[in-house]
Amino acid sequence: MATPKPRVRVPKSASKDEVITIKTIISHNMESGQRKDKQGKIIPRKIINKFACKFNGKPLFSCDIQPAISANPYFEFNAKVAESGTFKFTWIDDDGSVYEAERSIEVK
Amino acid sequence: MKTRIIASALLCSSLTGLLSGAALADPVKDKLVIDGVEMISRAPAPEGHPFKEVLSGWLFRETETRAMEADSFQNPGMLAVEQGEQVWNTVDGTAGKSCASCHGDAAKSMKGVGASYPKWDQASKRPIDLALRINGCREKNMGAKPYKFDASDQRALVTYIKHQSLGMPVHIDLTQGDMKAWWQKGKERYYLRTGQLNLSCASCHEVNMGKHIRADHLSQGQINGFPTYRLKVGHVVSVMNRFRGCVRDTRAEIPKAFSDDLMALEVYVTWRGTGLSVETPAVRQ
Repeated sequence: MATPKPRVRVPKSASKDEVITIKTIISHNMESGQRKDKQGKIIPRKIINKFACKFNGKPLFSCDIQPAISANPYFEFNAKVAESGTFKFTWIDDDGSVYEAERSIEVK
Repeated sequence: MKTRIIASALLCSSLTGLLSGAALADPVKDKLVIDGVEMISRAPAPEGHPFKEVLSGWLFRETETRAMEADSFQNPGMLAVEQGEQVWNTVDGTAGKSCASCHGDAAKSMKGVGASYPKWDQASKRPIDLALRINGCREKNMGAKPYKFDASDQRALVTYIKHQSLGMPVHIDLTQGDMKAWWQKGKERYYLRTGQLNLSCASCHEVNMGKHIRADHLSQGQINGFPTYRLKVGHVVSVMNRFRGCVRDTRAEIPKAFSDDLMALEVYVTWRGTGLSVETPAVRQ
């Protein structure tokens, strides 16, 4: 599998206390650990097990992900922004890899 | 005798189920808008077509699936487009070239290309689709190995190239070479019943279009959105793969990808979707 690649969409600017929509998606097979290969051996589980978003260092959104989530997990959530700053997104893989993305927003 | 009565009662109830399902299962009257551009999801059929109007498969899908395609960010098929863009710019083969070395910016050079394939290929004296065109280019101009059927990079590159024609109406040129004969051959294949289930393409996608086959809402079987992201498999699926899957489901012997049978079918089925927008990558169940 190619290295998972995150994509994030955050508005570039917003007015103070506006509720914005954040969308994220990451390419990932999300191998559930339930499937078998042609030899009948179980294909080991390899999923993204945690997703988190922080704004200026403060936790904004996070969730644990289970094997039933399908490939290329997509998350969409809202945030009320009071100040300019940076959203930091983190995906944690079963093998310990961490995939990251950052987006800045300007509050006018 | 008793079993026979039960059997016919069952048959009756399943038939009424099918018929009442039909009334509820019309394609939606919705408009598909991707990134502010309206797609043509209903078009007047070309002359000689069995339907009056050709309909995109998008109109037959669930609300959530339709929403997923309408938002180019949420559409997981766009991941294949991004992968395809990388492949486009990656040097491969002995000539030290990438696609971009000759064709430059795909947004310009490949615009409209995806809407007009399969095309007549004079060299091989048969129609070829985008996947074969790419393979030919790799061998002749790049000195690279042709892709194996359905290699991840092949799917991604076809998706990327076809995506450059997003929104443009499908139109293939049947006047070149023997395209007309291949179209005719494809038509015969379309109506040919095969397999243990004795089904033709038309059994589902023409005669019973709009009805339900178990949980599946039968569309016209258009291929304007291929390669299509299938939620079932979690990646984009090529048209040859889909044809083979469909034939397998009729429990018939499966023709090889790019064989004369399936290439003729691709020519004919593409024609059946004339006027619909290229939706690549479409999202389907």
